[in-house]
Amino acid sequence: MHRFANPTQFMRIANAIYPWAAGLSVILFLIGLPIALITSPPDYQQSETVRIMYVHVPSAWLALMIYGIMAGGSAAFLIWRHPMANLAAKASAPMGAVFTGLALITGMLWGQPMWGTFWVWDGRLTSFLILFFLYLGYLALGDAFEDSERGDKAAAILCLVGSVNIPIIHFSVEWWNTLHQPSIVKLGGDGVKSTVDGSILLPLFLMLGAFTFYYFAVLVLRLRSELLAAKIRNARMSQVATHAAIDPAAEGRLFVDSARLPRASAE
Amino acid sequence: MTRKRQRLYFVVLGMLGLGVGTALVLTAFQDNIVFFRSPTDVAEGKVAAERFQIGGLVEDGSLVKNGEDISFSVTDLNNSMKVKYRGLLPDLFREGQGVVASGRLGPDGVFVANEILAKHDENYMPREVADALKKSGRWNEGAEGGPVPSEAGPKGMTPASTAPKEAP
Repeated sequence: MHRFANPTQFMRIANAIYPWAAGLSVILFLIGLPIALITSPPDYQQSETVRIMYVHVPSAWLALMIYGIMAGGSAAFLIWRHPMANLAAKASAPMGAVFTGLALITGMLWGQPMWGTFWVWDGRLTSFLILFFLYLGYLALGDAFEDSERGDKAAAILCLVGSVNIPIIHFSVEWWNTLHQPSIVKLGGDGVKSTVDGSILLPLFLMLGAFTFYYFAVLVLRLRSELLAAKIRNARMSQVATHAAIDPAAEGRLFVDSARLPRASAE
Repeated sequence: MTRKRQRLYFVVLGMLGLGVGTALVLTAFQDNIVFFRSPTDVAEGKVAAERFQIGGLVEDGSLVKNGEDISFSVTDLNNSMKVKYRGLLPDLFREGQGVVASGRLGPDGVFVANEILAKHDENYMPREVADALKKSGRWNEGAEGGPVPSEAGPKGMTPASTAPKEAP
């Protein structure tokens, strides 16, 4: 595993994954969207409203999965100081926040017609809102320090502390009575079980796959650009050093230039 | 012990401590985290608050509509409670379906609700499948208004402590 701490090694694998992830995501969206939104049957009780599920459940799944990946990355960063693990966590955070927001919004739009309310403070909804704030807190804390290394560490610790919320979100519908219904797919001792009919489960799984591969594809793109930004910054820095050696007056001007560059921590 | 090893133990112990702490807090506040109380809770005098939510299934044959005045019974299969409400009902509201009503218990033992929410289960299926299940008799209407593949039961409709171990 420590092999992947090397950015070159890490990116070699990430770049190999990228075309597969991007391709599968596009294919699954192309197959899944028409089935989910048009040809799949309406639910016997909720009729067409059930189609919100095909966006809501994959968003919520990604919100949890991305947080899990970020927690793993943050742990590897804090324990072994792997810069790539931290970079992967930082690159994932905005996506996780967006999917959490999407799950919250689609959930509200679904709750109003079915339950009769946009929002209730039950175990599932409340813990999921906390997840959204954890993402925002992670993003804000990482940028709140003058020294980006310290910001990264503080954000990684917040991410680890917040990870206790993940099992709470998952089990909230089983531990306490909630307005939110229990999980659609149950992972038990006897494998994957679901009480949902196959004609509704199929588009759901297609959309789950499409969303998940989308995340991995975009993650690779974000990592690439972060590494390039770091390279540019390093190149500017060494340029500053050379200029400063020849002409001390140039230092200030070039320093301003390099400070305007996007910040990246992997060096 | 290397610094890395030290940090690993620190993180693992920290997470363990955090997990145990969270579990203790959540267990301590168990009764406050539930979204609704069951008729059995009320019957056993466990509900002290004046305003609360009562949840369960709309009892079959209990629904009486008189214009906007509605009355029905909420049951958790052990106890039931009469609920009065005036207003619009959510689309999913029907007999045998999950419901959560918020309001207060009147002196006559009738719960006066000012908000009714419908609770549905996770058994999504097309109409034809639902009809076929009903026809073949695998539809357990009384228990939760949906097909009950074995242990799915009226879970979530009753707090774990008072939930009937076996559906009657």
